[in-house]
Amino acid sequence: MEKPLTQHIKNDNTWLSLKEYEKVGGYEGLRKALKLSSEEVTKIVKDSGLKGRGGAGFSTGTKWSFVPMGDDVPTPKYFIANGDEMEPGSFKDRLLLEGNPHQLIEGMIIGAYAIQARYSYVFLRWAYHHAAKAISSAIQEAYQAGYLGRNIIGSEFHIDMSLHTSVGRYICGEETALLNCMEGKRANPRTKPPFPVVSGLFGKPTVVNNVETLSNIPHILNKGAEWFKGLSKTDEGGTKLYGASGRVKKPGLWELPLGTPLRELLEVHAGGMQDGYKFKGVLPGGASTDFLTEEHLDVAMDFANVGKAGSRLGTGTIIVLDDKTCPVAMLRNLEQFFAQESCGWCTPCREGLPWTAKILDAIEKGKGKMEDLDILAFQTHYMAPGNTFCALAPGAMEPLQSALKYFRTDFEKHIHEHNCPWEQ
Amino acid sequence: MIAGKIISAEEIKEIQDIYKHFPNKSAACIEGLKIIQKNHRWVSDDAVKELAEILDMSPDAIDSVATYYSLIFRRPVGKHVVLVCNSVSCWILGCEKIANSLKDKLAIGYGETTADDRFTLLTIPCLGTCDHAPAMIIGEDLHRDLTSEKLDDILKLYK
Repeated sequence: MEKPLTQHIKNDNTWLSLKEYEKVGGYEGLRKALKLSSEEVTKIVKDSGLKGRGGAGFSTGTKWSFVPMGDDVPTPKYFIANGDEMEPGSFKDRLLLEGNPHQLIEGMIIGAYAIQARYSYVFLRWAYHHAAKAISSAIQEAYQAGYLGRNIIGSEFHIDMSLHTSVGRYICGEETALLNCMEGKRANPRTKPPFPVVSGLFGKPTVVNNVETLSNIPHILNKGAEWFKGLSKTDEGGTKLYGASGRVKKPGLWELPLGTPLRELLEVHAGGMQDGYKFKGVLPGGASTDFLTEEHLDVAMDFANVGKAGSRLGTGTIIVLDDKTCPVAMLRNLEQFFAQESCGWCTPCREGLPWTAKILDAIEKGKGKMEDLDILAFQTHYMAPGNTFCALAPGAMEPLQSALKYFRTDFEKHIHEHNCPWEQ
Repeated sequence: MIAGKIISAEEIKEIQDIYKHFPNKSAACIEGLKIIQKNHRWVSDDAVKELAEILDMSPDAIDSVATYYSLIFRRPVGKHVVLVCNSVSCWILGCEKIANSLKDKLAIGYGETTADDRFTLLTIPCLGTCDHAPAMIIGEDLHRDLTSEKLDDILKLYK
C-alpha cells in the first residue's frame, strides 16, 4: 500500500532535512511543474480529483482555477498554507508539519506557481512550537538551495515564503478569518462572495489550502493525476490521514486509501474499544460533524459516502463515544467549546451557542425540562447553514442535531430522572 | 516621539521592520503585541498606548485586537503559563481530573496565578495531540498522556 504522505516520516521526533528529502525524490515535482505552464499545473491538480483536507472537501484544482491569471490582474497574489489545526479531535496536520516540512513547502511553491503568486505564508497555530522550528529550518534550507527567492532553480518564477504564527482562537482556521488575522485585525470571517481567490489578503487574489491538501501536491505533479486517482478505494483520489481518539485501544494516525471503511479504522487500526467499553457512536471528522452509529460502520470514509450517511468526512479524524461516557455531557463540552470560540460577529451564533450550552448544562445537572429538547431542535434550525455569517455555528449544530436523533432517550432519561445516569 | 516606557528602542525597530512589508502600519498590530508579550510576559495598558503611537492607531483599536486573541494576555501572568486542554477528546480521557489535581497542587483556580508568581493556570482548546490525551502545554512545552501521578515531576521542571 502506497503512503506518499507519511512513508518517509521518521519516528524519532526529527524532521527530514533538505538533503534527506531530496534523496527520496523531494522537489522533483516542483522541477516537473516549472517545465509546464501555470495553467497546465492547475489542470493536473484538477484532474487528480484532490479534494481539500481541511474539512470542507472542495476541489483543490477548481479553487486554483478561480484565481484571475494574466498580466492585467491585481498583484501581488498570495498563497497560504492553513496550519491552524484546531478542530477538536484533529491532529493530522501536526504530523506532516513536524515530520516533513519540505513536503509542504514544495506543495506550496508548486501552488504559488500555479496561480502566479509572489508571496506565500505558512499560517501556523501558536501551540505547534515544534512544527514552527521544523518549518523555519526548512524555509531557510529551501532559500539556501534556491527553491525560494528570485528565479527559483533557474526558472523565471520568483516566490518568497515566511512563517506566520497565530495567537489563538479556533476561528482563525476559517480561511477569511485567517486573512483578517494576517492583516492584524480581529479574526472575524468575511462575507463570501467575494472569495479569497478573487479578493483575499489585502484585497488581492489569494489561495488558502490545508496542510494535508498541499502535502499531496508534490506527489501529484511527480507521478501524475491517474496515479493519484488509483490510490483511493473509491473514485475520489489519493490517500487520507485518518485518526482516532477516545476510548479505543490504539488511538493514533494512519495513512490509508481514501474510502477506507469506518469499521476498518475502528476495529483494525484503532484496535477496537478498550476492555470494558462498548462502541456507542463516532464523530467521523472532528467536533463539527454529525454522529454515525453502529449501523454506519461499513460506510466508506470518503466525502461522498459519509455525506450520504448523513455526516461529513471533515478532517477524517474520528472521535469515539463509548457507552460509559454520557452523551449529554459530551455535547455540553462540545457546545461550550463552540460558544467560547464564536467570534461574536453575528447574532445567531453569538447568542445561540451560549444559550445551547446553558440548556445542555441544565439537562446534564438534572434541571432540564422536556421543552428544552424542543428549544434545542429549534436552535439546530435557527443556526443552520445559510442563517449565520460563517460555518462555525452550523458546524456546532451537527453533533447536536445527530445526538438528538440517535441518543434522544439518553436526553429524556436526564430530564425524567432529574440527574445524569452516568454520574458515579 | 514615542513614549518608550514599556517598549524598548530595539522592539520599536523590530515592529517598524515588520510593517515595512505590509501595505499599512496597522497590519503589524498582532506582531507588535507578540513582540511585547515575548519580552514582558503580558500586554499592559501603557504598552497598548505605546504600540498605538508606533502604528498610528488609537489605543482602542489596538486593544480591540489585543483582547480578541486568547493568547495575548492583558493581565499579568506568572513565569510559566499552564494551558490545560479541555476539548472533547481530552475530556473523554479525563482532563477534568487532571485539572482538579493541578488546582489542588497549585492552590489556584483557572485564571489565577500562584502566590510565588511561578504558575498561571488557564484552559486551551484542542492541542492537536488527541491520541495522547489528556494533554497540556507549560510555556512552550507539550506534556501529554497525563496522569495525576505524573504532575509533580512535570511541575518540578519549572522553577
